Amino acid sequence: MLLIFLYAFTVEGNSIITLHFTFENFAKFFSDSIFPMVLARSLKIAFYTTVICILIGYPAAYIIAQQSEKVQTFIVLLITLPMWINMLIRTYSWKGILSYFEFDAEINVMVGMVYNFLPFMILQIHTSLSKLDRNLLTAAKDLGADEIQTFLRVTLPLSIPGVISGITLVFLPAVSSFFIPKLLGGGSYVLIGNLIENYFISVGNWNYGSAISLIMALVIILSMFVTKKMEKKTGEEA
Amino acid sequence: MKKLKKILSNSFLWLVMLFFYLPIFYVILFSFNESKSLTKFSGFSLQWYQKMFESRSVREAIYYTLIIAVLATIISTIVGTLTAIGLSKSNKVLKAVVLQINDIPMMNPDIVTAIGFMLLFSSLGVQKGFATILLAHVSFCIPYVILTVMPRLRQLDDNLAEAALDLGATPFQALTKVIIPQLRGSILSGALIAFTMSFDDFVISFFTSGPKVSNIAIYVYSAIKRINPTINALSTIIVVIVTITLTIVNVVPLIKEKKKRGISDEKVSA
Repeated sequence: MLLIFLYAFTVEGNSIITLHFTFENFAKFFSDSIFPMVLARSLKIAFYTTVICILIGYPAAYIIAQQSEKVQTFIVLLITLPMWINMLIRTYSWKGILSYFEFDAEINVMVGMVYNFLPFMILQIHTSLSKLDRNLLTAAKDLGADEIQTFLRVTLPLSIPGVISGITLVFLPAVSSFFIPKLLGGGSYVLIGNLIENYFISVGNWNYGSAISLIMALVIILSMFVTKKMEKKTGEEA
Repeated sequence: MKKLKKILSNSFLWLVMLFFYLPIFYVILFSFNESKSLTKFSGFSLQWYQKMFESRSVREAIYYTLIIAVLATIISTIVGTLTAIGLSKSNKVLKAVVLQINDIPMMNPDIVTAIGFMLLFSSLGVQKGFATILLAHVSFCIPYVILTVMPRLRQLDDNLAEAALDLGATPFQALTKVIIPQLRGSILSGALIAFTMSFDDFVISFFTSGPKVSNIAIYVYSAIKRINPTINALSTIIVVIVTITLTIVNVVPLIKEKKKRGISDEKVSA
Protein backbone atom coordinates (compact mmCIF):
# COMPACT_ATOMS: atom_id res chain seq x y z
CA MET A 1 0.00 0.00 0.00
CA LEU A 2 2.84 2.34 0.76
CA LEU A 3 4.12 1.82 -2.74
CA ILE A 4 0.82 2.92 -4.19
CA PHE A 5 0.98 6.20 -2.40
CA LEU A 6 4.58 6.68 -3.30
CA TYR A 7 3.80 6.00 -6.89
CA ALA A 8 0.70 8.15 -6.97
CA PHE A 9 2.77 10.90 -5.49
CA THR A 10 5.47 10.81 -8.14
CA VAL A 11 3.02 10.99 -10.99
CA GLU A 12 0.95 13.67 -9.40
CA GLY A 13 4.03 15.55 -8.31
CA ASN A 14 4.91 15.77 -11.91
CA SER A 15 1.89 17.59 -13.10
CA ILE A 16 1.64 19.80 -10.02
CA ILE A 17 5.07 21.14 -10.69
CA THR A 18 4.34 21.74 -14.32
CA LEU A 19 1.22 23.60 -13.35
CA HIS A 20 2.96 25.54 -10.67
CA PHE A 21 5.58 26.95 -12.98
CA THR A 22 3.38 27.85 -15.88
CA PHE A 23 0.54 30.07 -14.90
CA GLU A 24 1.92 33.47 -15.95
CA ASN A 25 3.10 32.41 -19.35
CA PHE A 26 -0.14 31.78 -21.13
CA ALA A 27 -0.73 35.39 -21.99
CA LYS A 28 2.58 35.44 -23.80
CA PHE A 29 1.61 32.40 -25.80
CA PHE A 30 -1.46 33.99 -27.24
CA SER A 31 -0.05 37.44 -27.82
CA ASP A 32 2.91 36.07 -29.75
CA SER A 33 2.09 35.42 -33.39
CA ILE A 34 4.53 32.56 -34.05
CA PHE A 35 3.08 30.08 -31.64
CA PRO A 36 -0.51 29.95 -32.78
CA MET A 37 0.89 29.54 -36.28
CA VAL A 38 3.12 26.65 -35.22
CA LEU A 39 0.27 25.05 -33.35
CA ALA A 40 -1.96 25.36 -36.41
CA ARG A 41 0.78 23.89 -38.59
CA SER A 42 1.29 20.96 -36.20
CA LEU A 43 -2.41 20.24 -36.19
CA LYS A 44 -2.57 20.51 -39.96
CA ILE A 45 0.29 18.13 -40.61
CA ALA A 46 -1.00 15.67 -38.01
CA PHE A 47 -4.40 15.81 -39.69
CA TYR A 48 -2.98 15.14 -43.16
CA THR A 49 -0.83 12.32 -41.79
CA THR A 50 -3.89 10.73 -40.23
CA VAL A 51 -5.90 11.01 -43.44
CA ILE A 52 -3.11 9.47 -45.51
CA CYS A 53 -2.72 6.70 -42.96
CA ILE A 54 -6.41 5.87 -43.24
CA LEU A 55 -6.33 5.98 -47.05
CA ILE A 56 -3.39 3.57 -47.23
CA GLY A 57 -4.05 1.66 -44.02
CA TYR A 58 -7.66 0.73 -44.57
CA PRO A 59 -7.26 -1.00 -47.94
CA ALA A 60 -4.08 -2.66 -46.71
CA ALA A 61 -5.77 -3.98 -43.59
CA TYR A 62 -8.76 -5.08 -45.68
CA ILE A 63 -6.57 -7.03 -48.07
CA ILE A 64 -4.65 -8.62 -45.21
CA ALA A 65 -7.88 -9.70 -43.56
CA GLN A 66 -8.88 -11.54 -46.76
CA GLN A 67 -5.84 -13.84 -46.64
CA SER A 68 -5.64 -17.24 -44.99
CA GLU A 69 -4.85 -17.23 -41.29
CA LYS A 70 -1.24 -18.29 -41.69
CA VAL A 71 -0.54 -15.59 -44.25
CA GLN A 72 -2.23 -13.05 -41.97
CA THR A 73 0.01 -13.82 -39.00
CA PHE A 74 3.03 -13.66 -41.26
CA ILE A 75 2.11 -10.27 -42.72
CA VAL A 76 1.27 -8.87 -39.29
CA LEU A 77 4.68 -10.03 -38.13
CA LEU A 78 6.27 -8.32 -41.12
CA ILE A 79 4.49 -5.09 -40.20
CA THR A 80 5.39 -5.23 -36.52
CA LEU A 81 9.03 -6.06 -37.13
CA PRO A 82 10.16 -2.56 -38.15
CA MET A 83 8.25 -1.15 -35.18
CA TRP A 84 10.75 -2.75 -32.82
CA ILE A 85 13.54 -0.76 -34.34
CA ASN A 86 13.94 2.60 -32.70
CA MET A 87 11.80 5.30 -34.26
CA LEU A 88 14.78 7.59 -34.47
CA ILE A 89 16.70 5.13 -36.60
CA ARG A 90 13.70 4.48 -38.80
CA THR A 91 13.24 8.18 -39.37
CA TYR A 92 16.92 8.65 -40.02
CA SER A 93 16.78 5.90 -42.63
CA TRP A 94 14.54 8.08 -44.79
CA LYS A 95 17.06 10.86 -44.90
CA GLY A 96 19.15 9.30 -47.65
CA ILE A 97 16.21 8.29 -49.81
CA LEU A 98 14.46 11.61 -49.49
CA SER A 99 17.58 13.45 -50.53
CA TYR A 100 17.12 12.06 -54.06
CA PHE A 101 13.84 13.87 -54.39
CA GLU A 102 13.75 17.53 -53.70
CA PHE A 103 10.52 17.79 -51.81
CA ASP A 104 9.89 20.70 -49.54
CA ALA A 105 10.24 20.23 -45.81
CA GLU A 106 6.56 19.67 -45.21
CA ILE A 107 6.32 16.66 -47.51
CA ASN A 108 9.51 15.16 -46.08
CA VAL A 109 8.12 15.41 -42.58
CA MET A 110 4.82 13.95 -43.69
CA VAL A 111 6.53 10.94 -45.31
CA GLY A 112 8.43 10.37 -42.06
CA MET A 113 5.27 10.55 -39.99
CA VAL A 114 3.24 8.30 -42.26
CA TYR A 115 6.10 5.82 -42.22
CA ASN A 116 6.33 5.81 -38.44
CA PHE A 117 2.65 5.71 -37.63
CA LEU A 118 1.06 3.74 -40.49
CA PRO A 119 1.70 0.36 -38.80
CA PHE A 120 -0.49 1.40 -35.86
CA MET A 121 -3.34 2.25 -38.20
CA ILE A 122 -3.07 -0.98 -40.19
CA LEU A 123 -2.88 -3.14 -37.09
CA GLN A 124 -5.85 -1.46 -35.40
CA ILE A 125 -8.07 -1.74 -38.46
CA HIS A 126 -6.89 -5.28 -39.11
CA THR A 127 -7.82 -6.33 -35.56
CA SER A 128 -11.34 -5.00 -35.91
CA LEU A 129 -11.73 -6.53 -39.38
CA SER A 130 -10.52 -9.95 -38.32
CA LYS A 131 -12.93 -9.98 -35.40
CA LEU A 132 -15.76 -9.48 -37.86
CA ASP A 133 -18.26 -12.30 -37.94
CA ARG A 134 -18.04 -13.98 -41.37
CA ASN A 135 -21.65 -15.12 -41.10
CA LEU A 136 -22.78 -11.51 -41.33
CA LEU A 137 -21.13 -11.22 -44.74
CA THR A 138 -22.71 -14.44 -45.94
CA ALA A 139 -26.05 -13.29 -44.62
CA ALA A 140 -25.75 -10.02 -46.52
CA LYS A 141 -24.92 -11.89 -49.69
CA ASP A 142 -27.83 -14.28 -49.20
CA LEU A 143 -30.13 -11.34 -48.74
CA GLY A 144 -29.13 -10.10 -52.16
CA ALA A 145 -26.52 -7.45 -51.42
CA ASP A 146 -23.71 -7.16 -53.94
CA GLU A 147 -20.10 -6.86 -52.86
CA ILE A 148 -20.04 -3.09 -52.69
CA GLN A 149 -23.24 -2.91 -50.70
CA THR A 150 -21.98 -5.53 -48.27
CA PHE A 151 -18.82 -3.55 -47.77
CA LEU A 152 -20.56 -0.21 -47.27
CA ARG A 153 -23.38 -1.43 -45.09
CA VAL A 154 -21.76 -4.24 -43.08
CA THR A 155 -17.97 -4.29 -43.13
CA LEU A 156 -17.28 -0.58 -43.00
CA PRO A 157 -19.58 0.36 -40.11
CA LEU A 158 -18.33 -2.55 -38.04
CA SER A 159 -14.70 -1.62 -38.53
CA ILE A 160 -15.12 2.04 -37.56
CA PRO A 161 -14.00 1.46 -33.94
CA GLY A 162 -10.70 0.15 -35.28
CA VAL A 163 -10.33 3.21 -37.48
CA ILE A 164 -11.01 5.50 -34.53
CA SER A 165 -8.48 3.88 -32.24
CA GLY A 166 -6.09 3.98 -35.19
CA ILE A 167 -6.72 7.72 -35.46
CA THR A 168 -5.84 8.29 -31.81
CA LEU A 169 -2.67 6.26 -32.22
CA VAL A 170 -1.61 8.25 -35.28
CA PHE A 171 -2.86 11.75 -34.58
CA LEU A 172 -1.59 12.13 -31.02
CA PRO A 173 2.04 11.21 -31.56
CA ALA A 174 2.01 13.12 -34.84
CA VAL A 175 1.04 16.35 -33.09
CA SER A 176 3.70 16.09 -30.42
CA SER A 177 6.55 14.54 -32.39
CA PHE A 178 9.70 16.60 -32.37
CA PHE A 179 12.48 14.56 -33.87
CA ILE A 180 10.75 13.70 -37.14
CA PRO A 181 10.50 17.36 -38.22
CA LYS A 182 13.96 17.98 -36.85
CA LEU A 183 15.57 15.15 -38.81
CA LEU A 184 13.63 15.37 -42.04
CA GLY A 185 12.42 18.94 -42.19
CA GLY A 186 15.72 20.72 -41.88
CA GLY A 187 16.36 23.35 -39.24
CA SER A 188 13.78 25.85 -40.35
CA TYR A 189 10.72 23.64 -40.21
CA VAL A 190 9.36 23.92 -36.69
CA LEU A 191 6.44 22.10 -35.10
CA ILE A 192 5.11 22.45 -31.60
CA GLY A 193 7.30 19.65 -30.23
CA ASN A 194 10.39 21.44 -31.54
CA LEU A 195 9.31 24.63 -29.83
CA ILE A 196 9.06 22.83 -26.53
CA GLU A 197 12.44 21.22 -27.04
CA ASN A 198 14.00 24.56 -27.94
CA TYR A 199 12.63 26.30 -24.91
CA PHE A 200 13.87 23.58 -22.61
CA ILE A 201 17.19 22.60 -24.10
CA SER A 202 18.56 25.58 -26.04
CA VAL A 203 16.88 28.70 -24.71
CA GLY A 204 16.40 27.53 -21.17
CA ASN A 205 13.10 29.35 -20.66
CA TRP A 206 11.39 26.50 -18.87
CA ASN A 207 8.33 28.40 -17.78
CA TYR A 208 7.42 29.30 -21.30
CA GLY A 209 8.21 25.79 -22.49
CA SER A 210 5.90 24.37 -19.87
CA ALA A 211 3.13 26.71 -20.91
CA ILE A 212 3.41 25.54 -24.51
CA SER A 213 3.44 21.89 -23.54
CA LEU A 214 0.47 22.35 -21.29
CA ILE A 215 -1.50 23.91 -24.11
CA MET A 216 -0.50 21.04 -26.34
CA ALA A 217 -1.58 18.51 -23.71
CA LEU A 218 -4.88 20.34 -23.47
CA VAL A 219 -5.44 20.19 -27.23
CA ILE A 220 -4.60 16.51 -27.23
CA ILE A 221 -6.87 15.67 -24.30
CA LEU A 222 -9.63 17.59 -26.03
CA SER A 223 -9.21 15.65 -29.26
CA MET A 224 -9.11 12.39 -27.29
CA PHE A 225 -12.37 13.39 -25.72
CA VAL A 226 -13.92 14.04 -29.13
CA THR A 227 -12.74 10.70 -30.52
CA LYS A 228 -14.04 8.89 -27.46
CA LYS A 229 -17.41 10.54 -27.96
CA MET A 230 -17.36 9.47 -31.59
CA GLU A 231 -16.49 5.94 -30.56
CA LYS A 232 -19.42 5.79 -28.20
CA LYS A 233 -21.75 7.12 -30.82
CA THR A 234 -20.73 4.61 -33.46
CA GLY A 235 -20.87 1.90 -30.82
CA GLU A 236 -24.48 2.78 -30.09
CA GLU A 237 -25.41 2.84 -33.72
CA ALA A 238 -23.84 -0.52 -34.33
CA MET B 1 -11.85 -10.30 -63.32
CA LYS B 2 -11.30 -11.95 -59.96
CA LYS B 3 -7.74 -12.74 -60.88
CA LEU B 4 -7.08 -9.15 -61.85
CA LYS B 5 -8.46 -7.98 -58.53
CA LYS B 6 -6.24 -10.38 -56.68
CA ILE B 7 -3.17 -9.21 -58.58
CA LEU B 8 -4.04 -5.59 -57.91
CA SER B 9 -4.62 -6.06 -54.21
CA ASN B 10 -1.51 -8.16 -53.79
CA SER B 11 0.65 -5.62 -55.54
CA PHE B 12 -0.83 -2.92 -53.30
CA LEU B 13 0.20 -4.94 -50.28
CA TRP B 14 3.68 -5.42 -51.69
CA LEU B 15 3.97 -1.69 -52.26
CA VAL B 16 3.10 -1.03 -48.63
CA MET B 17 5.69 -3.59 -47.55
CA LEU B 18 8.22 -1.98 -49.83
CA PHE B 19 7.43 1.34 -48.19
CA PHE B 20 8.14 -0.23 -44.79
CA TYR B 21 11.32 -2.02 -45.72
CA LEU B 22 12.95 0.14 -48.36
CA PRO B 23 14.52 2.61 -45.91
CA ILE B 24 15.80 -0.22 -43.74
CA PHE B 25 17.51 -1.91 -46.67
CA TYR B 26 18.82 1.44 -47.78
CA VAL B 27 20.51 1.99 -44.44
CA ILE B 28 21.97 -1.51 -44.48
CA LEU B 29 23.33 -0.99 -47.97
CA PHE B 30 24.94 2.31 -47.16
CA SER B 31 26.49 1.01 -43.97
CA PHE B 32 28.87 -0.83 -46.32
CA ASN B 33 29.59 2.26 -48.37
CA GLU B 34 33.17 3.27 -48.84
CA SER B 35 32.57 7.01 -48.77
CA LYS B 36 30.66 9.21 -46.42
CA SER B 37 27.92 9.95 -48.92
CA LEU B 38 24.34 8.92 -48.25
CA THR B 39 23.35 9.09 -51.91
CA LYS B 40 26.25 7.63 -53.91
CA PHE B 41 27.46 4.12 -53.35
CA SER B 42 31.12 4.13 -54.26
CA GLY B 43 32.38 0.77 -53.10
CA PHE B 44 32.25 -1.89 -50.44
CA SER B 45 33.98 -1.32 -47.14
CA LEU B 46 33.64 -2.27 -43.50
CA GLN B 47 35.27 0.85 -42.17
CA TRP B 48 32.11 2.21 -40.51
CA TYR B 49 31.70 -0.96 -38.52
CA GLN B 50 35.30 -0.75 -37.46
CA LYS B 51 34.86 2.90 -36.50
CA MET B 52 31.74 2.06 -34.59
CA PHE B 53 33.35 -0.66 -32.51
CA GLU B 54 36.31 1.56 -31.83
CA SER B 55 34.14 4.42 -30.64
CA ARG B 56 33.84 4.59 -26.90
CA SER B 57 30.63 6.58 -26.99
CA VAL B 58 28.88 3.89 -29.03
CA ARG B 59 29.95 1.18 -26.62
CA GLU B 60 28.84 3.29 -23.69
CA ALA B 61 25.51 4.02 -25.33
CA ILE B 62 24.84 0.32 -25.89
CA TYR B 63 25.90 -0.46 -22.34
CA TYR B 64 23.63 2.20 -20.83
CA THR B 65 20.67 1.26 -23.01
CA LEU B 66 20.87 -2.35 -21.93
CA ILE B 67 21.56 -1.78 -18.25
CA ILE B 68 18.80 0.81 -17.96
CA ALA B 69 16.33 -1.41 -19.76
CA VAL B 70 17.16 -4.41 -17.57
CA LEU B 71 17.08 -2.48 -14.28
CA ALA B 72 13.95 -0.54 -15.22
CA THR B 73 12.24 -3.79 -16.18
CA ILE B 74 13.12 -5.54 -12.93
CA ILE B 75 12.16 -2.63 -10.68
CA SER B 76 8.99 -1.64 -12.51
CA THR B 77 7.81 -5.24 -12.72
CA ILE B 78 8.22 -5.74 -8.97
CA VAL B 79 6.67 -2.41 -8.04
CA GLY B 80 3.90 -2.69 -10.62
CA THR B 81 2.94 -6.21 -9.61
CA LEU B 82 2.87 -5.39 -5.91
CA THR B 83 0.85 -2.26 -6.62
CA ALA B 84 -1.64 -4.24 -8.67
CA ILE B 85 -1.99 -6.84 -5.91
CA GLY B 86 -2.37 -4.13 -3.29
CA LEU B 87 -4.98 -2.39 -5.42
CA SER B 88 -7.04 -5.50 -5.91
CA LYS B 89 -7.37 -5.75 -2.13
CA SER B 90 -8.14 -2.10 -1.47
CA ASN B 91 -11.46 -0.28 -1.58
CA LYS B 92 -13.21 0.83 -4.74
CA VAL B 93 -12.66 4.57 -4.53
CA LEU B 94 -8.93 4.29 -3.98
CA LYS B 95 -8.71 1.75 -6.78
CA ALA B 96 -10.53 4.00 -9.21
CA VAL B 97 -8.42 7.01 -8.29
CA VAL B 98 -5.12 5.19 -8.61
CA LEU B 99 -6.10 3.56 -11.91
CA GLN B 100 -7.11 6.94 -13.23
CA ILE B 101 -3.74 8.38 -12.24
CA ASN B 102 -2.16 5.31 -13.77
CA ASP B 103 -3.72 6.25 -17.11
CA ILE B 104 -2.33 9.77 -17.24
CA PRO B 105 1.25 9.04 -18.25
CA MET B 106 0.02 6.62 -20.90
CA MET B 107 -2.25 9.14 -22.57
CA ASN B 108 0.10 12.05 -22.17
CA PRO B 109 2.38 12.77 -25.07
CA ASP B 110 5.92 11.60 -24.31
CA ILE B 111 7.33 15.05 -24.43
CA VAL B 112 5.00 16.36 -21.75
CA THR B 113 5.85 13.48 -19.44
CA ALA B 114 9.51 14.04 -20.22
CA ILE B 115 9.57 17.71 -19.27
CA GLY B 116 7.49 16.87 -16.22
CA PHE B 117 10.31 14.65 -15.05
CA MET B 118 12.91 17.19 -15.99
CA LEU B 119 11.18 19.88 -13.94
CA LEU B 120 10.64 17.51 -11.05
CA PHE B 121 14.28 16.52 -10.89
CA SER B 122 15.61 20.02 -11.22
CA SER B 123 13.19 21.47 -8.70
CA LEU B 124 14.35 18.83 -6.24
CA GLY B 125 17.91 19.77 -7.06
CA VAL B 126 18.85 16.32 -8.34
CA GLN B 127 21.77 16.21 -10.74
CA LYS B 128 20.69 14.68 -14.03
CA GLY B 129 22.46 11.45 -14.81
CA PHE B 130 22.12 7.71 -14.53
CA ALA B 131 19.80 7.78 -11.51
CA THR B 132 17.35 10.24 -13.02
CA ILE B 133 17.06 8.45 -16.35
CA LEU B 134 16.57 5.13 -14.57
CA LEU B 135 13.95 6.61 -12.25
CA ALA B 136 12.08 8.12 -15.19
CA HIS B 137 12.16 4.80 -17.05
CA VAL B 138 10.95 2.91 -14.00
CA SER B 139 8.01 5.21 -13.52
CA PHE B 140 6.87 5.26 -17.13
CA CYS B 141 7.08 1.46 -17.25
CA ILE B 142 5.07 0.87 -14.06
CA PRO B 143 1.67 1.83 -15.55
CA TYR B 144 2.10 -0.72 -18.33
CA VAL B 145 2.97 -3.46 -15.85
CA ILE B 146 -0.05 -2.60 -13.68
CA LEU B 147 -2.27 -2.61 -16.72
CA THR B 148 -1.13 -6.05 -17.86
CA VAL B 149 -1.22 -7.68 -14.42
CA MET B 150 -4.55 -6.18 -13.31
CA PRO B 151 -6.91 -8.12 -15.62
CA ARG B 152 -5.39 -11.47 -14.64
CA LEU B 153 -5.65 -10.56 -10.97
CA ARG B 154 -9.34 -10.00 -11.32
CA GLN B 155 -9.80 -13.61 -12.41
CA LEU B 156 -7.98 -15.01 -9.38
CA ASP B 157 -9.86 -16.85 -6.70
CA ASP B 158 -9.59 -14.90 -3.42
CA ASN B 159 -10.30 -18.03 -1.45
CA LEU B 160 -6.98 -19.56 -2.40
CA ALA B 161 -5.00 -16.88 -0.59
CA GLU B 162 -7.33 -17.14 2.38
CA ALA B 163 -6.97 -20.89 2.45
CA ALA B 164 -3.20 -20.47 2.51
CA LEU B 165 -3.49 -18.12 5.48
CA ASP B 166 -5.82 -20.53 7.28
CA LEU B 167 -3.35 -23.32 6.72
CA GLY B 168 -0.74 -21.34 8.61
CA ALA B 169 1.12 -19.52 5.85
CA THR B 170 2.44 -16.07 6.69
CA PRO B 171 1.10 -13.25 4.46
CA PHE B 172 4.47 -13.14 2.75
CA GLN B 173 4.33 -16.85 2.02
CA ALA B 174 0.80 -16.51 0.73
CA LEU B 175 2.02 -13.79 -1.62
CA THR B 176 5.08 -15.59 -2.95
CA LYS B 177 3.74 -19.14 -2.96
CA VAL B 178 0.10 -18.67 -3.92
CA ILE B 179 -0.63 -15.35 -5.59
CA ILE B 180 2.49 -14.67 -7.63
CA PRO B 181 2.79 -18.14 -9.24
CA GLN B 182 -0.73 -17.74 -10.56
CA LEU B 183 0.17 -14.40 -12.11
CA ARG B 184 3.34 -15.62 -13.78
CA GLY B 185 2.23 -15.27 -17.37
CA SER B 186 0.91 -11.74 -17.05
CA ILE B 187 3.90 -10.61 -14.99
CA LEU B 188 6.16 -11.92 -17.72
CA SER B 189 4.30 -10.12 -20.49
CA GLY B 190 4.26 -6.97 -18.37
CA ALA B 191 8.02 -7.24 -17.98
CA LEU B 192 8.40 -7.75 -21.72
CA ILE B 193 6.40 -4.62 -22.47
CA ALA B 194 8.41 -2.67 -19.90
CA PHE B 195 11.67 -3.82 -21.47
CA THR B 196 10.56 -2.83 -24.95
CA MET B 197 9.30 0.55 -23.80
CA SER B 198 12.53 1.31 -22.00
CA PHE B 199 14.75 -0.01 -24.76
CA ASP B 200 12.89 1.97 -27.39
CA ASP B 201 12.49 5.23 -25.53
CA PHE B 202 14.11 8.35 -26.83
CA VAL B 203 12.08 11.37 -25.77
CA ILE B 204 12.00 10.76 -22.03
CA SER B 205 15.64 9.69 -21.91
CA PHE B 206 16.62 12.74 -23.87
CA PHE B 207 15.12 15.12 -21.35
CA THR B 208 16.15 13.29 -18.20
CA SER B 209 19.71 12.24 -18.95
CA GLY B 210 22.71 14.33 -18.11
CA PRO B 211 25.67 15.05 -20.34
CA LYS B 212 27.54 11.98 -19.12
CA VAL B 213 24.93 9.32 -19.74
CA SER B 214 23.48 8.64 -23.16
CA ASN B 215 21.67 5.66 -24.60
CA ILE B 216 21.62 4.52 -28.22
CA ALA B 217 18.76 6.82 -29.19
CA ILE B 218 20.39 9.89 -27.68
CA TYR B 219 23.66 8.98 -29.36
CA VAL B 220 21.94 8.67 -32.72
CA TYR B 221 20.13 11.95 -32.22
CA SER B 222 23.26 13.87 -31.36
CA ALA B 223 25.31 12.21 -34.09
CA ILE B 224 22.74 12.74 -36.84
CA LYS B 225 23.29 16.47 -36.93
CA ARG B 226 26.29 15.88 -39.15
CA ILE B 227 26.46 13.10 -41.72
CA ASN B 228 27.85 10.15 -39.90
CA PRO B 229 27.76 6.70 -41.52
CA THR B 230 28.65 4.93 -38.28
CA ILE B 231 24.97 5.36 -37.50
CA ASN B 232 24.17 3.25 -40.56
CA ALA B 233 26.39 0.54 -39.15
CA LEU B 234 24.85 0.82 -35.70
CA SER B 235 21.34 0.73 -37.17
CA THR B 236 22.18 -2.33 -39.22
CA ILE B 237 23.36 -4.17 -36.15
CA ILE B 238 20.23 -3.22 -34.23
CA VAL B 239 18.05 -4.35 -37.15
CA VAL B 240 19.86 -7.69 -37.23
CA ILE B 241 19.55 -8.21 -33.47
CA VAL B 242 15.86 -7.28 -33.45
CA THR B 243 15.12 -9.53 -36.42
CA ILE B 244 16.90 -12.51 -34.88
CA THR B 245 15.23 -12.03 -31.50
CA LEU B 246 11.77 -11.66 -32.99
CA THR B 247 12.23 -14.64 -35.25
CA ILE B 248 13.30 -16.77 -32.30
CA VAL B 249 10.43 -15.51 -30.16
CA ASN B 250 7.93 -16.28 -32.91
CA VAL B 251 9.37 -19.51 -34.23
CA VAL B 252 10.21 -21.31 -30.98
CA PRO B 253 6.58 -21.62 -29.84
CA LEU B 254 5.70 -22.98 -33.29
CA ILE B 255 8.38 -25.66 -33.07
CA LYS B 256 7.34 -26.53 -29.52
CA GLU B 257 3.77 -26.89 -30.66
CA LYS B 258 4.82 -29.13 -33.52
CA LYS B 259 6.83 -31.28 -31.15
CA LYS B 260 3.92 -31.55 -28.79
CA ARG B 261 1.68 -32.48 -31.64
CA GLY B 262 4.22 -35.00 -32.82
CA ILE B 263 4.28 -36.61 -29.39
CA SER B 264 0.52 -36.78 -29.11
CA ASP B 265 0.33 -38.20 -32.64
CA GLU B 266 2.73 -40.94 -31.62
CA LYS B 267 0.60 -41.71 -28.61
CA VAL B 268 -2.43 -41.98 -30.81
CA SER B 269 -0.71 -44.29 -33.24
CA ALA B 270 0.73 -46.38 -30.42
